[in-house]
Amino acid sequence: MKKSFIERAAAYPHIVWSVLFIIAPLIFVVYYTFTDADGAFTTENVERMFTSNYVLIFINSVCLALIATVICLLIAYPLAYIFSRMKEKWQRIMILLIMIPLWMNFLITTYSWMTILEDTGIINSILSLFGLSAHMINTPGAVVIGMVFCFLPYMILPIYTVMSGIDERLLEASADLGCSGWQRLTKVVMPMSLSGVISGITMVFVPSISTFYISQKLGGGTFQLIGDTIESYFVGTAINYHFGAALSLVLMILILISMAIMNHYTDSEQAERRRIK
Amino acid sequence: MNRKKLIELRGITKSFDGEVVLDNISLDIYEDEFITLLGPSGCGKTTTLRIIGGFETPDSGDVIFDGARINDTPPYKRHINTVFQRYALFPHLNVYENIAFGLRVARIRDEEEISRRVREMLEMVNLKGFERRHVTTLSGGQQQRVAIARALINKPRVLLLDEPLGALDLKLRKDMQNELKSMQKRTGITFIYVTHDQEEALSMSDTVVVMNNGSIMQIGTPTDIYNEPKNAYVADFIGESNIVDGVMIDDYSVKMSGHTFVCVDAGFGKNTPVDVVVRPEDVDVVAPESGMLRGKVTSVTFKGVHYEVIVDIGGFKWMIQTTDYVAPDAEIGVDIEPDAIHIMNKSEYSGMFGDYSSFSDELDALSENTEEEED
Repeated sequence: MKKSFIERAAAYPHIVWSVLFIIAPLIFVVYYTFTDADGAFTTENVERMFTSNYVLIFINSVCLALIATVICLLIAYPLAYIFSRMKEKWQRIMILLIMIPLWMNFLITTYSWMTILEDTGIINSILSLFGLSAHMINTPGAVVIGMVFCFLPYMILPIYTVMSGIDERLLEASADLGCSGWQRLTKVVMPMSLSGVISGITMVFVPSISTFYISQKLGGGTFQLIGDTIESYFVGTAINYHFGAALSLVLMILILISMAIMNHYTDSEQAERRRIK
Repeated sequence: MNRKKLIELRGITKSFDGEVVLDNISLDIYEDEFITLLGPSGCGKTTTLRIIGGFETPDSGDVIFDGARINDTPPYKRHINTVFQRYALFPHLNVYENIAFGLRVARIRDEEEISRRVREMLEMVNLKGFERRHVTTLSGGQQQRVAIARALINKPRVLLLDEPLGALDLKLRKDMQNELKSMQKRTGITFIYVTHDQEEALSMSDTVVVMNNGSIMQIGTPTDIYNEPKNAYVADFIGESNIVDGVMIDDYSVKMSGHTFVCVDAGFGKNTPVDVVVRPEDVDVVAPESGMLRGKVTSVTFKGVHYEVIVDIGGFKWMIQTTDYVAPDAEIGVDIEPDAIHIMNKSEYSGMFGDYSSFSDELDALSENTEEEED
């Protein structure tokens, strides 16, 4: 059926928006990547990235983001399961508690973590009462803590949403068919919550790998992540849009590849269902 | 009969949030029996089933299975499987894997054995060739069959069925009733069936347990329950009945509506007030002057097999089912044979049922609909 004029017209603002703010910037990124200061075509920016320094930064970023994602998953999964089996009133309260940190600007959250983790911060003042001290700020560990704290809700919410949709009677049915408590989890809850886990991983991994603020404040510039590096070429002293764009492009491709791998699992499952229909 | 007791419920009481759902229920269930828990919504039949399945624990009383107390045995350790209301099939698995679920949980590693047993089950429920289908693509009736196959593959001693046919249309329901009955006969597994549909209960069961308000009203074979209801509640719930106030004049003689009838019941004592049940199909329409009782027809409804006639006899409205047409407003006489008269002691339900003065099909359909919403 042909769409009416109004239906088509309603789509235009979105098309204009996409072109202006999504497609055009992407074209600029690609353009800057493959040109030099005079606007001539070059692959120098891409080649420069493969010097050991930048490869190391990439590997560091991926590792920290992966660690943060895994920790988020380990915390979020049991929490989401427990929430989803609570009474409805308690579920709402718990989810509200999870959402509240999201209402705060995460710059403020990160600053708070600085005062907590500093050598003269809250944790160390308490430890000093027992004659102990721990150096935490400006370490990769501090950065991971920051990432986990900021992005944990993005892991809990999608998993909780999927889990709360699992019918209690399916758990009863599996118990009826011989599943102990642990088997109920592995045979029913886990396979059924996979899609939530996948979107949770994506929603934590992507901001973690590209963050620059958390690593600057909690990492203290002792080591650089890819986000910091990109930022430094756009606003820092060594402004170089062309090289910054090249780094962004590679990061983007990296994220797209990891998302494609993740989606492969959910997609193949859905495709199977479609095929059968 | 030499039957072996499989499950005994002894003095089971259960309440939710201070509301008593089961009040001191005792029930014996035998091997190879098709037993139906029948009652309106909220009567405690589903709770009874869930206690047997292990999904609820009784507040007091004992659940005995094969001689052993199983109050605290979790569901996965009981040799009991369940066909859930609205099926509860696993949406992430296809038909084959849904049915094989119980075998995989039991750690049967031999894929050939799994495949053989799944195919056996599929054949039994007439779903050959559906192995690869996804459960969300099946119709209600097909999902029902998968649920039955999934529950039976572990060869349980008992199969619990919680209103399994509630969501199916009438024709399909009738077919499934026959199939379930023959499945039970073939497998020799005890079926415990929960329904609010009295016709379903009568046509499938070896034993019917009529429940109301958390108590058991009557336990018996379908014919017993129909022909010898214990009180006005059972008489009214099972089929249509005229329940009339009467007085037992003597053994084999009862007076109601001003006429003394010969009956087959005795032992109530002289001049005892009783409830008299007469089924609508047991009333014969005769000429007004030759009838034992005489009344005026107030409404006639054609029902296909018979006419449903409401007759006003001395202010009490009787329902009569007859194959002969009578005209509305006509005077008719009625005859009742001795063996069509059933005498019951007065109970707390006396006077609450069995008068058709406010009867209408619409009201009946309305109350049935609300029952189906039970969870």
